[in-house]
Amino acid sequence: MSGFLAPRFAEARAAKGWLGAHRWLLLRRLSQLGILALFLLGPLAGLWLVKGNLSYSLTLDVLPLTDPLLALQVLLSGHRPERLALLGAAIVLVFYALVGGRVYCAWVCPMNLVTDLAGWLRERLGLKGSAHISRRARYWILALTLLLPLAGAGLAWELVNPVSLLHRGLIFGLGTAWTVVLGIFLLDLLVMSRGWCGHLCPMGAFYGLLGRGSLLRVSARRRSNCNDCMDCFAVCPEPQVIRPALKGEGAGVGPVILASACTNCGRCIDVCAKDVFVFGNRFNQHTPSNDPAGKAGR
Amino acid sequence: MSDLQPSSSAKPDKAAAARRQFFADAGRLACGAGLLGLGLGLYAKQARALPPAALRPPGAGGESDFLGACIRCGLCVRDCPYGTLSLARPEEPIATGTPYFLARQVPCEMCEDIPCVKACPTGALDHGLTDINEARMGLAVLLDQETCLNFLGLRCDVCYRVCPVIDKAITLELRPNTRTGRHTMFIPTVHSDHCTGCGKCERSCVLETAAIKVLPIALAKGQLGQHYRVGWEEQRKAGHSLVEDKGLGDLPDRIPESAPLEGHYDPASQGGPSLAPGKAATPDSGVDSLSPRLPGADAHSAGLPAMPQNIPGGGLPNRLSDEAAR
Ligand code: SF4
Ligand code: SF4
Ligand code: SF4
Ligand code: SF4
Ligand code: SF4
Repeated sequence: MSGFLAPRFAEARAAKGWLGAHRWLLLRRLSQLGILALFLLGPLAGLWLVKGNLSYSLTLDVLPLTDPLLALQVLLSGHRPERLALLGAAIVLVFYALVGGRVYCAWVCPMNLVTDLAGWLRERLGLKGSAHISRRARYWILALTLLLPLAGAGLAWELVNPVSLLHRGLIFGLGTAWTVVLGIFLLDLLVMSRGWCGHLCPMGAFYGLLGRGSLLRVSARRRSNCNDCMDCFAVCPEPQVIRPALKGEGAGVGPVILASACTNCGRCIDVCAKDVFVFGNRFNQHTPSNDPAGKAGR
Repeated sequence: MSDLQPSSSAKPDKAAAARRQFFADAGRLACGAGLLGLGLGLYAKQARALPPAALRPPGAGGESDFLGACIRCGLCVRDCPYGTLSLARPEEPIATGTPYFLARQVPCEMCEDIPCVKACPTGALDHGLTDINEARMGLAVLLDQETCLNFLGLRCDVCYRVCPVIDKAITLELRPNTRTGRHTMFIPTVHSDHCTGCGKCERSCVLETAAIKVLPIALAKGQLGQHYRVGWEEQRKAGHSLVEDKGLGDLPDRIPESAPLEGHYDPASQGGPSLAPGKAATPDSGVDSLSPRLPGADAHSAGLPAMPQNIPGGGLPNRLSDEAAR
């Protein structure tokens, strides 16, 4: 990975072609931009399929979707929301509890576009050194966002929450919110690798906790094929989640990535030339080594 | 670390070091989060002070309740047919993302079906508000009596005419124009029991800068002392005077006996009141007793300086009959 334009993940590209090595990435960008486009269709084109923003939205005048972390903050500040907000929160909770909490991060959150760009640029520019803050910091910040409404400060986190500042800004007028977004970009680029989404963001922390028992999980099913190219570690925004599943065979650990920080982004699937990773359900712990059918399905 | 073992094997040492590291990390994180929380708390406190020009949509509760209830989704903004509401941007001195409007720019049109309230998913805009006339977004106050055209003696009346609750929320109170000595001033007067704070009056004030402005109610309203009673209201409630016949002492008059003051009711004076006390007590006619320069027959006969007689348009009697004809 020298040189700015040197191809990355050459092995995977050679094995699967460019499209194959970017399949989930493209789908993910499609999802992120598509959702944003749906929100923007109203203000820009007058087509009101979706009203509101990621905090709360009403789709086709029937489907309410509420940010459950915000609904929780409203409850903690002592206000009982109306039915629609509660219903919306319930729908979102159930959905992410099933497909993986941080699917929100990888497939919906607009901030992810910014931090992924910073991460990509950081690698391309070969920027090394990174400030050390524990990845647990986000849980403390999450606790804080819940304590503040309890202490009567209202939804204080929303005053600075970069995710809603950006998303609301894109739809209702950005104002100076771009400075916060730029700040996060620079933090990730210059100060800390994966600083925001990987260490600090309380929404990511919340959705991670929410998806602890989610059904949809990435599995290092064909881990015996791994040739230690380390490309998955290089591309993963939460690389610490991979090792137990990928390297745990000797220790009797199953191949499914169970760590709640995994965003189900599928990049590891893309960049692995050996097709080690697949999406599967959390209970499917079998690997080709215990299933003679081998590489069935691909 | 009381469970540190004095063994020479490296394992417990390593575990203890890891534990120490863990607690050190946790401590650092807690401190960091605490500081962040302190900063955010202070910022939130500051953001809770809504600037006086910004008004909340109908049905919003008190500011600190509202900031805990509003999820900042903007559905109220979207469903307002008049484009009245906006969500605050970070550079505005209003809690970021919350809906507000500026009366001078786009006031609330007081929709009968209140779509903004209906759209609110959290009830931050109270769904119990079903009659827009019950909304209290603020209170109009005629702030500048020096520039208000009606206070200058002209007939602008625009704030009064545009009010959706005309003649209840805002009335024109008649007062003698002491500058001309011959005209009436029509003073726009807001009544808090009916003003919804919609802002239409502020929006339409014809001045460069509105003389009438809608303010947050807490800023606009005074409050009587808890023990204060307004005598005439108590009298009206009781159906009779509460002080007469109570043997209240008569206080000494501080004016010479020889200078009777017209309209001044002195219960102990011999001849009784020169004006009927009932008349002096009603607010709309109360002006009579306040202005000795009023060109009335009483003032004339009281030996006060007579009004000039050489004004074009005739002498005092003519002008009096002019007024009477209106
Ligand atoms: S961690 Fe936070 S900012 Fe990053 S993608 Fe998830 S919700 Fe968005
Ligand atoms: S393990 Fe794979 S799916 Fe999970 S976050 Fe890392 S790259 Fe994405
Ligand atoms: S009452 Fe009507 S005009 Fe006023 S804020 Fe609500 S929707 Fe807008
Ligand atoms: S609709 Fe309700 S929750 Fe949404 S921005 Fe308006 S007041 Fe806030
Ligand atoms: S704000 Fe002005 S226009 Fe609106 S109800 Fe009050 S007095 Fe009338």
